[in-house]
Amino acid sequence: MVIHDVIIVGGGLSGLRAAIAAHDGGLDVGVVSQVYPVRSHSGAAQGGINAALGNAEGGEDDNPERHAYDTVKGSDFLADQDAVEVMTGMAPGIIFEMEHWGVPFSRTKSDKIAQRPFGGGAFPRTCFAADKTGRFLLHTMFEQMLKRHIKVYPEWLMMSLVVNDGVCCGLVGYHIPTGEFESFQGKAIVLGTGGYGQVYARSTNTLINSGSGMAHAYHAGAPLKDMEFVQFHPTSLIGSNILVTEGARGEGGYLINKLGERFMKKYAPKVVELAPRDMVSRAIQTEINEGRGFDDSYVLLDLRHLGKEKILERLPEIREHSIHFVGVDPIVAPIPIQPGQHYSMGGIDTDFDGQTPVPGLFAAGECACVSVHGANRLGGNSLLETIVFGKRSGEKTVQYVKGREWKPVPEGVFQYALDIVRARVAALFQGTGQQEPAAIRAEMKETMFFKVGIFRERKLMDEALKRIAELQERYRHLRAIKGGKIFNLDLCRAYELRYMLDLAEAIAAGAIARQESRGSHSRLDFNKRDDHNWGKHTLAYPTPEGPRLSYRPVTFTKWQPEERKY
Amino acid sequence: MNVTYTVFRFDPSKDKESRYEAYQVPVREGMTVLDGLLYILDNVDPTLSFRFACREGVCGSCAMFINGSYRLACQTQIKDLKSDRIKIEPLPNFQVIKDLVVDLAVFFEKLEKAMPYLVAAGALPEKERLQSMEQRKQINEVIDCILCAACQSACPQAWTNKDFLGPAVLTKAYRFVGDSRDGAQRERLKLVAGEDGVWRCHSVFNCVEACPKKINQTVAISRLKRKAFVQKLKFWQRDGATNGRKVG
Ligand SMILES: Cc1cc2nc3c(=O)[nH]c(=O)nc-3n(C[C@H](O)[C@H](O)[C@H](O)COP(=O)(O)OP(=O)(O)OC[C@H]3O[C@@H](n4cnc5c(N)ncnc54)[C@H](O)[C@@H]3O)c2cc1C
Ligand code: SF4
Ligand code: FES
Repeated sequence: MVIHDVIIVGGGLSGLRAAIAAHDGGLDVGVVSQVYPVRSHSGAAQGGINAALGNAEGGEDDNPERHAYDTVKGSDFLADQDAVEVMTGMAPGIIFEMEHWGVPFSRTKSDKIAQRPFGGGAFPRTCFAADKTGRFLLHTMFEQMLKRHIKVYPEWLMMSLVVNDGVCCGLVGYHIPTGEFESFQGKAIVLGTGGYGQVYARSTNTLINSGSGMAHAYHAGAPLKDMEFVQFHPTSLIGSNILVTEGARGEGGYLINKLGERFMKKYAPKVVELAPRDMVSRAIQTEINEGRGFDDSYVLLDLRHLGKEKILERLPEIREHSIHFVGVDPIVAPIPIQPGQHYSMGGIDTDFDGQTPVPGLFAAGECACVSVHGANRLGGNSLLETIVFGKRSGEKTVQYVKGREWKPVPEGVFQYALDIVRARVAALFQGTGQQEPAAIRAEMKETMFFKVGIFRERKLMDEALKRIAELQERYRHLRAIKGGKIFNLDLCRAYELRYMLDLAEAIAAGAIARQESRGSHSRLDFNKRDDHNWGKHTLAYPTPEGPRLSYRPVTFTKWQPEERKY
Repeated sequence: MNVTYTVFRFDPSKDKESRYEAYQVPVREGMTVLDGLLYILDNVDPTLSFRFACREGVCGSCAMFINGSYRLACQTQIKDLKSDRIKIEPLPNFQVIKDLVVDLAVFFEKLEKAMPYLVAAGALPEKERLQSMEQRKQINEVIDCILCAACQSACPQAWTNKDFLGPAVLTKAYRFVGDSRDGAQRERLKLVAGEDGVWRCHSVFNCVEACPKKINQTVAISRLKRKAFVQKLKFWQRDGATNGRKVG
C-alpha cells in the first residue's frame, strides 16, 4: 500500500496546482496520473487564460467585478455568483504567480503580459503565450512540482475510489506498464481528472479524456452536477476536430459561409465573431443545416487579412495544425472548420474549496462543477478555474487533514476494494460474449454527438438514452479482453468504457429533464430560458435504474437574470 | 488504398525475442500514422501497445522511429511518407517496455538534474516582471520542447555515456539560462557544464534532425558552452588566477 497525507489524481493543471498547495502547506503528497503529467490535456490549451489585468490597449478599465459579470452573463445566469467572484478576484494574483514561476507569456509593447479579446468578454482580458498557453502553463507547473520533489506515480490508472464509513480514504490504482494493482491511502483525495470529451464524437479533447474520474466520484457518493451542459467549440478542423483557438477570432478572424457572407453579423450584430461559444456554434450549425455550409459539414475561418506577420507571431501553432491536418496554410487560404465537442461545464459537485459532499474527497478543474461556468463557459476561464480551484482545494486539504484526529483505516477496507477491482478485471479477461468494446465506444460517441448535441429535442434524446441503455447491456457481453499484463490498452480502454457510458447516461438524463434552453443546452422543443422553473442546478445520483435527479438553487449575489444579447 | 504497417513487437513477459508484425491499414484522406495504429488497435489487434494522448503534436507521447526517422506518429501524415510500407519501431536506445512503448524514467530523472525551474532574480514585484518581446525571443524556440525524448534517443553521445544529460535536458537548461528573468545562471551552468554536460556534445546534429518541433538543440548547447566558458573566465579573473594576462 502506498500512503501519503494527500493523494492527488491527475497530472494536469488542476491536479498539479493542488499538489503544490498541499505540499506548501506542509503535507506529504503523491500524484497519481494515467500519463506522465506533461502529457495531460491541459497542455493542449491554446488561446489563453483570463484575468482583469488591464494591460491591453482599450482594457485599462477592466476589473475583477466586470470579469465576474461577463462570466455570469456568459453562463446564462446559471453560475454561482459567489464562486465566480472568488475566481475572478483571485485571477490577477494567479497570473502573476504563474509569471513569477516562469511562464513565458507574450508581452505588450510596454513589456507587460499581453492580453487578447475572447468571446463574451467586455475587454481584452485573455492573457496568452502565443497559441500555446496551456502547454507553457503545464510545463511551468510541472517544473514547480519537480522543484518541490513531489512524488509522482506516472501511468497509474485509478480504477476505483475507496470509501470507509462514508469517508473517502484512498483509491485502487493499476500500473499500466506492469499490470500490478496497488491501493493508495490518503487522508484526503483530490481529483483533477479532467473532462469527458471522448464520450462524444467530434471532440477537440485529448484521446485519453474519458472522464472516468467523474464517474468514480459518482459511484463513491458524490453527485454529478449540471451534466447536460456540454460545450461545443465553434471552430475545430474538419476531419480530426483538432481545435482552432478562439484566439484566432480574438485576433480578428472572420467566419464565412458558402455565399461568402460574414454570417455572424446576423446573429450577433455588435460583437460578430466574438459572441460566446454556444451562440457561435449554433450559428455555424444553422448555416450548415440551412444549406449555406460547404459539403453540408463546414464553414470557413478566414485569417488572411491578419497578415503573415501577425499569424506567425500570435497563431504559429494554428498555422502548423492547419498545414499538417487539413493541408491549408491560413496565410494564403481560409481554414475549413466545424463545431466540435469541447468542454464539460458539468462535473463533480463541489463548493469553492473543492469539497464534494463526500468527506475526504475533493475535486478541481474540468472534472469538478463549482459552478463557475453555469450553462456556458467563456473561453479562457477554464485554465483559470484549474489553477484557482486547484490551489484552493490543495489548501483546503491542509486544513482538513491537520484539523482532525486520525484513526487508522482497517486494512480490510483496502483489501476488499482491491479484490473487487481485481475481480472486475478478471471478468473482463474471461468475457464470453461477442461484443466489441471499440464498436460500443464508437456508437456511444456518435449517439451523443448527434442526439444530445448542439441542438436538442425530446425525441432524439429519448432515443439516445435508450441506445445508451442498450450499449450498457451489450457491455455486459464483451468479448474476452486480449493481451497480457504489460501495457494492455485493450484492458484499460474497456475498463474506462463502462464509466464513460455512465457519464453519457447522466448527460442525456439531465438534458431530457431540463425543459428549457439555456447556454449550451439548446432545445428545439423548449426554445426559451425559463428562470422560474429551471434557474437551478441539476444533481444526478446513481441508482440501479439509472441517474436520480434532484435540484439545487443557484446562488445570486449582484446580478439578476437578464436577456443575453451580444 | 491500403498501406502495410510493419510494427515492432515485443512483450518481455513472454517473448524471447522481438519480431515484426505486418498489418494492412486502409487509408483515408488526412490520416496520420497514429490514426493507423489506432485503427489496428480497434479493428485488428487489440494487443498492440503504444502511447498517445493529444493527437496533435503537443503532448510528446508518440515519438517513434518511423521508416527510419524520428517522428511524432500523430503529426505524420501517411501520404507524406510517400510509401505504401510503413515500418514503425520504438525510440532506439531506450529500454522497451512493450512493443512501441519505451521506459522514459531515465530521461525524466536526468531532467531533474538540470535545475529545471525558474529561479527569481531578486525580490519579486507585486505584479508581473517586465520582459520585452526581444528578450523573450531568446527562448522562443527552446520553450517549444514537448519532452518527447526523440533527440535523447538520437544522440550518439547518449548511447555511449549513460550519464550524459543529453540534448533535451540541456535544451531545458538553456530555456532558463536564456531567460532574462532567471537568477540562477551560475548554479545551473555549473550543473550542466560538467563532464556529463555540454562538453560531451560534439555537435553531431542528430538531435536537430530528430526534433519534431524543429528546435536547434545544438545552438542552445553552444550558447550554454559560451556562457559556461565566460563564467569560468570571470571566475579566474576574479581570483587573479590569470596572472595579469588579459582575457575575454
Ligand atoms: C484543444 C483545447 C484547447 C483549450 N484551450 C483553452 C484555452 O485556451 N483557455 C482555457 O481557459 N481553456 C482551454 N481549454 C480547456 C482546458 O484546457 C481544460 O479544461 C483544462 O486544461 C482541464 O485541466 P484539468 O487539470 O482539469 O484536467 P486535464 O489537464 O485533462 O488533466 C487530467 C489528468 O487526470 C489524469 N486522469 C484522468 N483520469 C484518470 C484516472 N482514472 N486515473 C488516473 N489519472 C487520471 C490524466 O492523466 C491527466 O493527468 C481547452 C481545451 C481544449 C480541448
Ligand atoms: S528538443 Fe525536440 S526532440 Fe528533444 S525532447 Fe524536446 S521536442 Fe523532443
Ligand atoms: S499524441 Fe501527443 S504528441 Fe502525438
